[in-house]
Amino acid sequence: MLQLAWLIPLLPLIGFLINGIGYKSLPKSVASIVGSSVILGAFTIVVSLFIGLLNGSIAPTVIPLYDFITVGDFNITFSFQIDQLSVFMMLIITGVGFLIHLYSAGYMHDDEGFNKFFAYLNLFVFFMLLLVMGSNYIIMFIGWEGVGLCSYLLIGFWFSNDSYNDAAKKAFIMNRIGDLGFLLGVFLIIITFGSTEFSQVFALAKEYEIDNKGTTIITAISILLFIGATGKSAQIPLFTWLPDAMAGPTPVSALIHAATMVTAGIYMVARSGILYALSPVTMSIIAIVGIATALFAATIGLAQNDIKKVLAYSTVSQLGYMFLGLGVGSFTGALFHVMTHAFFKALLFLGAGSVIHAMSGEQDIRNMGALSKKLPITFITFLLGTIAIAGIPPFAGFFSKDEILAKAFEVNPIFWGLGVVGAMFTAFYMFRLLFLTFFGSFRGTHEQEHHLHESPLSMTVPLMILAGLSVVGGFFNVPEVLGGNAALANYFAPIFSDAQLIMTNEAHLLDHTTEYILMGTSVGLALASILTAYFIYVVKKTVPIADGQSLNPINQLIYNKYYIDEIYDTIIRKPLDQFSGFAFNIIEKSGIDRIVNEVGAGTIGAGKTIRHLQTGNIGFYIFAMVVGLVLIIGIGLFI
Amino acid sequence: MYVLLLLAIPFVFSLISVLLPGNLAKKSALLGSLLQFVFTLWIAIWVYPCTDLSIDLPWVASLGINFSLNIDGVSLILIVLTNLLCPIVIFSSFENRNYSEVPSFYMLVLLMQTALIGVFTAYDGFLFYVCWEAALIPIYFISAIWGGVDKVRITFKFFIYTVFGSLFMLAGLIYIYLKTPAPHSFGLDMFVTADLNSAEEFWVFLAFFIAFAIKMPIFPFHTWQPETYTESPTPATMLLSGIMLKMGIFGVMRWLIPIAPFAFNDLNYWIVALSVIGIVYASIIAIMQSDFKKLVAYSSIAHVGLISAGLFTGSIEGFQGAVIQMFNHGINVVAIFYVLELISQRTGTRQIANLGGIVFKAPMLSIAFLIIVLGTVALPLTNGFPGEFLLLFSVYKFNMWFGAIAGLTIILGAVYMLRMYKNIMLGSAKSNIDNFKDLNTSELAVLIPICILIIAIGLFPNVILQSTDSYAADLMQYVKENSFAGMVGLVK
Repeated sequence: MLQLAWLIPLLPLIGFLINGIGYKSLPKSVASIVGSSVILGAFTIVVSLFIGLLNGSIAPTVIPLYDFITVGDFNITFSFQIDQLSVFMMLIITGVGFLIHLYSAGYMHDDEGFNKFFAYLNLFVFFMLLLVMGSNYIIMFIGWEGVGLCSYLLIGFWFSNDSYNDAAKKAFIMNRIGDLGFLLGVFLIIITFGSTEFSQVFALAKEYEIDNKGTTIITAISILLFIGATGKSAQIPLFTWLPDAMAGPTPVSALIHAATMVTAGIYMVARSGILYALSPVTMSIIAIVGIATALFAATIGLAQNDIKKVLAYSTVSQLGYMFLGLGVGSFTGALFHVMTHAFFKALLFLGAGSVIHAMSGEQDIRNMGALSKKLPITFITFLLGTIAIAGIPPFAGFFSKDEILAKAFEVNPIFWGLGVVGAMFTAFYMFRLLFLTFFGSFRGTHEQEHHLHESPLSMTVPLMILAGLSVVGGFFNVPEVLGGNAALANYFAPIFSDAQLIMTNEAHLLDHTTEYILMGTSVGLALASILTAYFIYVVKKTVPIADGQSLNPINQLIYNKYYIDEIYDTIIRKPLDQFSGFAFNIIEKSGIDRIVNEVGAGTIGAGKTIRHLQTGNIGFYIFAMVVGLVLIIGIGLFI
Repeated sequence: MYVLLLLAIPFVFSLISVLLPGNLAKKSALLGSLLQFVFTLWIAIWVYPCTDLSIDLPWVASLGINFSLNIDGVSLILIVLTNLLCPIVIFSSFENRNYSEVPSFYMLVLLMQTALIGVFTAYDGFLFYVCWEAALIPIYFISAIWGGVDKVRITFKFFIYTVFGSLFMLAGLIYIYLKTPAPHSFGLDMFVTADLNSAEEFWVFLAFFIAFAIKMPIFPFHTWQPETYTESPTPATMLLSGIMLKMGIFGVMRWLIPIAPFAFNDLNYWIVALSVIGIVYASIIAIMQSDFKKLVAYSSIAHVGLISAGLFTGSIEGFQGAVIQMFNHGINVVAIFYVLELISQRTGTRQIANLGGIVFKAPMLSIAFLIIVLGTVALPLTNGFPGEFLLLFSVYKFNMWFGAIAGLTIILGAVYMLRMYKNIMLGSAKSNIDNFKDLNTSELAVLIPICILIIAIGLFPNVILQSTDSYAADLMQYVKENSFAGMVGLVK
């Protein structure tokens, strides 16, 4: 099976080529079958690799394909890393990816760009697989930028709408800001370790010890790489593209902007775990950025009325939790949350898509309500996803979030406290969303009401499977205190053992009583939030007020997302545009070019004395030049 | 013999073209350039690896001037580039009534090609200079005759500016010539061994540098470029941006570094700094340009700035990055000017603000254009990436802050390129594109190979890097140690 590993990214690429070249002529059925089956094929191979890794018949290995860039002694190979971590990510990408392809066949059915959509999705999966399979930072970077491209193409999928195009462009450019950090980090890695290959870099890094002077460089490397992660994974300060990215079709939001691409930053940090473990400073920065983003985005989520915007801010917030996990040294916890989040957030987005589909494109939850009867499957699956994200046991989100929070408490109880507050907000805004959408009375138009229908099977089956995973996904890593065996932690042990070894010294393990109290507190507060939301939106039937009516200042601030976009616009975009105009008109035209022209004019002025030789005819000058050359050569020949 | 044929084919076809009536002239020119291209590929693949291609004929023996030509890895890359792009340049002119039926137009293009091959193969200083100036004449006439508004003033400035630079180079060449052991010689190998003290080397370096810096152009010697690119007819813009500016980069690789390695080591810090400023400066100016040709002209200054920054770091990564980026910049910039020419012919405008929504009328053009834009912004797995990666790395290694500032190009490049693409191709359709036709067969025949090339080089950059690997390693070793013995072996 290992010999077939290169097929895993190749299959989606083939799907892309077939659908891309045949985008005009292929029937939709063929496009969707090709698009989905290549992902299923890749998933099958990944599963067999996974089983092989579990039962020991496959050893983690690097599969080299060819030399990609060779300069002098420095060589970058195009090669794939097959180990516990990459296979774990590949399972999510191809597994959840396949379900989303299946769903798209129904969701996008009436869209003219159907074939193109499948081509782009396949291309995305290809690049995402490169990202996690690459055995060095360059292949990772290829995937890293490639998924950015697909994100750009898919956000702007409906390109007649200019604001969608702007959202796509914004996503690409903000990601590129992060990518510059990533690239500089890679440069520093090459300078420091002489290689980009994970195995070589990490083997050399292991020799370092915390507090010796070499770690300054490691800190610089890890911070630069993390800047890349803040772009791709939408953390402060580079998060504002993700909510705008909701302009893309909903399956895109589920696949790219929830389940896979945005978790690339977490994967990258976990993959480079040893570099991060060597730099406590960076770890603290990551934890602080993570918890700050988690809280900040959660508060914005409290006041949004667009069903997808709520989920988008929720994603930003959940990604913050994952970074908190990384920052406090719980790599397994962060990846665990990547997985459970992939299940429930993909489910929630697809559920939202099903609602939007039924509501004829409506996304404002103020115009929904009482959809539970008309969309029973969507409702039940959405409910399960909501409970999962709210952190109610024994659903998936509870276990992964708890693991991160418990570890955060070990490192610093303040992290834990803020994390629990964020979890309260999460429970509140998610149930607010659920209640406003599915409970109460219908608030849309008559046409919308008439049109309401449950989605076709191709859409509801993925919802049901993801709902199942959102319910049971947490059991992959039940903590010991709850009688579990921490299976995922054991699975990842070979990957993270070196990093853990460096980090363990400071952490003091929690006793069981403390753990129970922590769990009880966070679950109790989440339940209280849910009850509050129930009281406000079901019992009192409150509906958020319409646009244009005045809000109190705090609500106003939150509703407008703290005006971050406006601030960026004022301090970066406009000055850049103005500076561009200034550089062109003043420095270029009135400065440099004017000096050049005047030097030229001065020469001409001086030349006026020998003006009689100047006929102003360029042809004459060239003639004179040729004659001169002939003379030089001629004289040369005769002397 | 092969080298002489490379010079002879375009030269003979230029004479044939000018003698034929217009509609035949263009066909014969295209035929000649295609023949040249096929011949070049044959040389590159089968002849070059196993044959000594050098030619050394006495020319003006009494002055030590020889008709001496050779092809090494760097020459080969540039010859392939030149002969790949010339058919595209010629073909792109077929639809433009201003010159498509004018035999002398095709004569000038092919003469230009001949001179460029001369520049890239000359191993004699005098011959190099003759070809260098000879390349300027045809392009001057093409721009001055078929250019846009204000063509006389703009091309005159271009001409004077570049000739001004070359005169310094001529002075430098003659000075070194006089310093070669008697009887003096213009041969590159003799130049390398010429006995210059450090002050002399400094001045010789500057003399050459000014010529090359204007040609590329490096900030702040660039102000002739945007107007010339914008107002020249598109075939001339392609020749200028795709090939001619590489003369400057090539000059640094082949002549400047070997002749004045000490001065190179002394002065390169400042040149890298200037180049880095140029990258950011030109990128920022590109953002607000309203004429798409001018936008690409400024973007080209930024890209060339990165090439020169990397090259002047004096590292193997920078040298190899410059080689591969030189090739890929040629392809991408010609492709982008070709696409823009198609758009301006179909819509009659170059103003970005007057365009929009072309994607609805021309999906194939949109895809091709997008691939070219992605190559230009150096997305991985396109041809722009390996070069940009190596160049930025070399600058970063040279000086961390320079590297970080130069790195802004990956952000700013995305800003101006995506803004241009969005405003021209996406959004709501403007009325001037009502009759916009998608690519026809012959246009596809140009753009499909280009797009394939963009991705193929992106996947396998080593194909290009390998051809100059040993030259780069030797040269960098030489710069580091100044072992003249090594250099003599290198140029022979």
